[in-house]
Amino acid sequence: MSPPDGALASPGLPKEADEPVFVEPWQAQAFALAVELNARGVFEWPEWADALSRELHSPDAAPDGSDYYDHWMRALEKLLVAKGVTTSDTVADLALAWQRAAHATPHGRPILLENDPQRS
Amino acid sequence: MHHHDDDGHHHDHHHHDNHLGEMAARVRALETILTEKGLIDPAAVDTIIETYESRVGPRNGAAVVAKAWSDPEFRAWLARDATAAIASLGYAGRQGEHMQAVFNTPGVHNMVVCTLCSCYPWPVLGLPPVWYKSPPYRSRAVSDPRGVLAEFGVTLPEDTAIRVWDSTAEMRYLVVPMRPEGTDGMSGEQLADLVTRNSMIGTGLALAPEQPR
Repeated sequence: MSPPDGALASPGLPKEADEPVFVEPWQAQAFALAVELNARGVFEWPEWADALSRELHSPDAAPDGSDYYDHWMRALEKLLVAKGVTTSDTVADLALAWQRAAHATPHGRPILLENDPQRS
Repeated sequence: MHHHDDDGHHHDHHHHDNHLGEMAARVRALETILTEKGLIDPAAVDTIIETYESRVGPRNGAAVVAKAWSDPEFRAWLARDATAAIASLGYAGRQGEHMQAVFNTPGVHNMVVCTLCSCYPWPVLGLPPVWYKSPPYRSRAVSDPRGVLAEFGVTLPEDTAIRVWDSTAEMRYLVVPMRPEGTDGMSGEQLADLVTRNSMIGTGLALAPEQPR
């Protein structure tokens, strides 16, 4: 008889746990962005599957799948850059602005991009 | 790089302690860009998150399997046109547009993988578990399905063939496990309780009535 879900013995496959669907909030955001962009027709799902697959097959992918949404995010950025929606520099600059904004936001307040002290 | 200290801010030692990790910051950056360009609706994004965090999950698939076990007509429909049969129970949506149900028998055990990435039938199973997305499962489900099953605690008779279905962006599979012995007369709800997520991916079997989950 099979043991209940959760009794993985070998180190070959990552152990099953009662994992939440998303480990961190940004993963949920990244997931939903791709679903919404597909729904809006920005890209077709097979295009997305190809883009994600390329990232997931990179040699540095973690065997335990823990970096799955890192690959997801990278795939999403690259696909949007390839489609001319944005550029890598734009994303990188804006990400830094968000980090500065977070740093300048008092604890307990919502982090807003307006809080970036270098915002022009 | 300028190092931030708290000079002049002694009145509030909670100052400057928010930190956005690199990935979190990049997601926010993308979301900002896409919102400004009118390519996404932030409210729709929130709805998607809510849906997949709490509303879709393997209980949907379990209801489909339980109905297939107890309703021969539904089972035949599920075999013929899984997408429509599943949608008739109210489970439709993204990544469930092209469904195929594969039925376990004493002679054939079905197992699902996505070697490409992580294609998975969201409307009936929710989002995939971490192991499903992991490189070892994606490669070994094809090269050594019996070994993978053993790691999940499933040992099949020697003469049971294992059929591995490789999901794609176009086609998703739902395994209909065999109905366990001793379940005659059980209600749909009781039957659905025996249907584990793994049994619908093919890395598990349906539970026996007395078996703990």
